[in-house]
Amino acid sequence: MGQRLIYLDNNATTPTDPRVVDAMIPYFYENPGNAASRNHPFGWAAEQAVETARKQVADLINVDEREIIFTSGATESDNLAIKGVFEMYKRKGDHIITVKTEHKAVLDACGKVEKMGGKVTYLDVNREGLIDLGELEAAITDKTVLVSVMWANNETGVIQDMKAIGDICAKHGVLFMSDATQAVGKIPVDPKEVGVHLMAFTSHKMYGPKGVGALFVNRKNPRVKVTSQMDGGGHERGMRSGTLNVPGIVGFGKAAEIAKAEMQQDAERLSRLRDKLEHALTSMLEESYVNGSRESRMPHVTNISFKHVEGEGLMMTFNQNIAVSSGSACTSASLEPSYVLVALGLGDDLAHSSLRFSLGRFTTEEDIDETIAKVAEGVNHMRDLSPIWEMYKEGIDIDAIEWSEH
Amino acid sequence: MAYSEKLLDHFKNPRNVGTLDKNKTNVGTGLVGAPECGDVMRLQIEVDPVTKKITEAKFKTFGCGSAIASSSLATEWLKGKTVDEALAIDNMAIVEELALPPVKIHCSVLAEDAIKGAIKDYQAKNGVQTAESIVASH
Repeated sequence: MGQRLIYLDNNATTPTDPRVVDAMIPYFYENPGNAASRNHPFGWAAEQAVETARKQVADLINVDEREIIFTSGATESDNLAIKGVFEMYKRKGDHIITVKTEHKAVLDACGKVEKMGGKVTYLDVNREGLIDLGELEAAITDKTVLVSVMWANNETGVIQDMKAIGDICAKHGVLFMSDATQAVGKIPVDPKEVGVHLMAFTSHKMYGPKGVGALFVNRKNPRVKVTSQMDGGGHERGMRSGTLNVPGIVGFGKAAEIAKAEMQQDAERLSRLRDKLEHALTSMLEESYVNGSRESRMPHVTNISFKHVEGEGLMMTFNQNIAVSSGSACTSASLEPSYVLVALGLGDDLAHSSLRFSLGRFTTEEDIDETIAKVAEGVNHMRDLSPIWEMYKEGIDIDAIEWSEH
Repeated sequence: MAYSEKLLDHFKNPRNVGTLDKNKTNVGTGLVGAPECGDVMRLQIEVDPVTKKITEAKFKTFGCGSAIASSSLATEWLKGKTVDEALAIDNMAIVEELALPPVKIHCSVLAEDAIKGAIKDYQAKNGVQTAESIVASH
């Protein structure tokens, strides 16, 4: 207690940048208007602020501001894109292709599509976490209306080959949607350049406030339309009704502006710190493995399995002051370990043994040095307690043991 | 999830971590769980041949904080008990003592299974007929 807190869980959420908070405050007090109030200065000021933010968000991903639909977050954007396309393009087809390692917001929205009578193909990934382009192309039929592939994975940071996927979708005339929640604001993301037609992302993963996100919807070549999932006053060009979250949107805009200006320097600094952390832990601790591609991934994330140590137990050795997350089942209500890591072919035991470190704008070198020391100490402590580590050290083949399931 | 002070104490200062010689006839070993389930407990007891009391108990556990605390507590409770008294240890007593949240109740079940497994191994080595085997042989 009383220790310095170290936050390495930036893929869960990022702290709000103080410059963002400063930009938001006037929209609670001086400018409390509703952006849809067209007949007085309060409404005009709010609308002006929203349109400025829309431009800032659009500029970050190099699209037209009329292609940005504000939502409550990436989960809503994913739902709007997937269910909205499914309903809008029913006459063209009823088939959607996605990937097993997608976020639950995409997988569960696809599950809903299946309940509504649609068909969904879930592509596998290889050990690197990447999809097979041949498999994707082979899965496309004349009934396919949408391919949904996340830009960067939340657990591993692995980045898919977006341009190659976009080319395949264009060749077959299929819409391409991406959940880019973990990528936008951290690496250059340009949906039009790679042929993405719909893209979900959110403010709170890029140092903006929670409760506000966006869906990019391509306006020309092709003109994409989605059936609204929230009915009401016809806001956001009829695609998403509901009074706009003006302070949130202003904050999102400011966060986008800062990200555009500082992304490159943040990424360079964080990848150096990430590499330092990863190299130190994997060289100090035998039987530790980096999960997913190390070539095609986000600069600020590493996911490491420490064999024969259970992730939640390990976290408890240092979580009084260091925040990370684990693919262990024990961090959730279910007893299943991370489906993302299992999809990489890791095996449940290594999935249970994983930690995700996600660095952010406010991570310091001192944070990393302390984390290296505390995690190494924790792994060694947990291995001293681990019967399977002892067996491994005695040369016993753990896979040959008949374990009792429980 | 906020854990109880007792649980955190057992996790941070686990009692009786270690290994007994599994080849000794008065040592019983229970190994339960599976790596792919995220929990493996190994619990061992050493029984005094004269007094028939458990003189030593050791554990090693691969698992979450609750699993480690449950097995640490179990070893503490086992010492000084007779085998019959040890068989009476119920997982719900562990749940109460450590204030385990509902999602962690399986950790206490595993600890009870590990105790029973260790006793069964000890009894098998010493030709002690268990209640089950007596019934079965009739």
